[in-house]
Amino acid sequence: MIGSLPVSDRTRSILRGSIAVLAVAACYEATARSGWFAPALLPTLQKVTATLWVMILDGTMLHHAAMTLYRMLCGFALAIVVGLPLGIMMGRFRPIERFFMPLASALMPIPSLAWVPVFILWFGLGNTVSILIVFYAALFPMMLNAWSGVRSVNQLWLRAAGAMGANENAMFWKVILPGASPFIITGLRQAFLRAWIAVVGAEMLASSDWGLGWVIYDAKEFLNADVMIASLVVIGAIGFTFERLVFGSIERATVQRWGMVRAAKA
Amino acid sequence: MTDAVSTVDVPRAAPVRGESRLRAAAHLAFPFLVVGAMWEITAHAGVFPARLFPPLEDIAAAFWRLTVAGILPRHVAETLLRLFAGFVLAGVIGVTVGIAMGRSKRAEDYLLPLVSIGAPIPGIAYAPLIMLWFGLGNFSAILIVGFVSAFPVIFNTWTGVKAVKEIWVRSALVMGADQHRLFRHVILPGALPYIFTGLRLGLAQAWRILVVVELLAAVPWGLGWLIFGAREFLNTDVMLAGVAVIGMIGLALEKLVFERLEHYTVVRWGMMQS
Repeated sequence: MIGSLPVSDRTRSILRGSIAVLAVAACYEATARSGWFAPALLPTLQKVTATLWVMILDGTMLHHAAMTLYRMLCGFALAIVVGLPLGIMMGRFRPIERFFMPLASALMPIPSLAWVPVFILWFGLGNTVSILIVFYAALFPMMLNAWSGVRSVNQLWLRAAGAMGANENAMFWKVILPGASPFIITGLRQAFLRAWIAVVGAEMLASSDWGLGWVIYDAKEFLNADVMIASLVVIGAIGFTFERLVFGSIERATVQRWGMVRAAKA
Repeated sequence: MTDAVSTVDVPRAAPVRGESRLRAAAHLAFPFLVVGAMWEITAHAGVFPARLFPPLEDIAAAFWRLTVAGILPRHVAETLLRLFAGFVLAGVIGVTVGIAMGRSKRAEDYLLPLVSIGAPIPGIAYAPLIMLWFGLGNFSAILIVGFVSAFPVIFNTWTGVKAVKEIWVRSALVMGADQHRLFRHVILPGALPYIFTGLRLGLAQAWRILVVVELLAAVPWGLGWLIFGAREFLNTDVMLAGVAVIGMIGLALEKLVFERLEHYTVVRWGMMQS
């Protein structure tokens, strides 16, 4: 049908994509309106949009999102502050690597969310637990990527810099750090994705008033499926924004500009 | 679980036989001894209540008690069953959708926007909604795990099929391969390293959220349930034993299942260096 229209490949892709999205939305809407299921469980898209709009207007959604972001960014920042220097030192100094690597390999396979009940006992309900869970989730991708980044810096560059008389300081800032940066940025990305999952899960279990994870979990008790779907949309939008806009522009401003990696073809 | 690490191949000095193996073991054990000793000192010093910060021997005792009573093995078995049921679901759907998207432009156009919309939402956030629709219990838990781990499988399979070298496809066609043989002998082996990466990431994701899903879905057995249930009674030793078991299973999944599987297929076919 669309295949035979005289349009460019790109237009056809967009056309087909929108048809697919619209078809799924129409199916959902038809099921919701058919009355087979309780409207409380399967709200119409109109109702979801209305709920989202009301929640944004009266500020509750913004407050939830702000709390979630606050917890996430605190834990994420903590993970960078600890994980990045540790990972770099592990890559540079053998004894540090020997000490921390076995510990990291033992702790890494434990999902961060499994610590939630333990942390709740230790630190009580509230922000501390969520922040620490995010920290735990984001620490390992950050640390291990920094470590492999430093280790994969081209030996030739190090020798060349050394031969040209670079001291330790210059070697670190001018060669090792830029050389490791593609890995470090991958680490930031992975750490962010893990942190985003962890914060939503931790909030479901450990917070008691605000937060996107909490609002979804709480809405289940009152069968507010429209609130749940509205919060899902916000969670997805924030995740998407960070992934594309924040990390995408960091990548363009650093590693792509330095010619460390090539931009993907559009 | 450590996809970024395994790709780096840094040459190391070949270890000398005999004495150096002992030294390697000592190097491996040293950090754990230090951390263990610190834990013991803190626990015995009485800074925190013993109920909340049990010494290691209590944790080991709890582990032994639960294992002998058969409680822990049953929790582990149920959790693994759930993990694999969800993972098989994700593998079948993910590989099928991924291959379809990689092979057919039409399927790619239709499916990619849907997949891209679903992917950035953390799987755990869907959990309450799915439970609202399908009720508490095993079915919902498996569905959530399957749904979450399907995304990395789809993306990696799709990339893998598209990354098969055009020249291989053309030469197979020139040599008279039909569509079936082309797929079976060229595209599938070519895409397999990516598919394995996807399955690995999918399993890691599934493992990461299964613990919480078990709690939310209120299943009667499972490691997640064990540690959350122990919280109610302040059994910190049981919780920490449960967390340790979770870590060991995670490590075993990675080391025993995937490295073996990879070794038997893609490495043996020369698609990848071990």
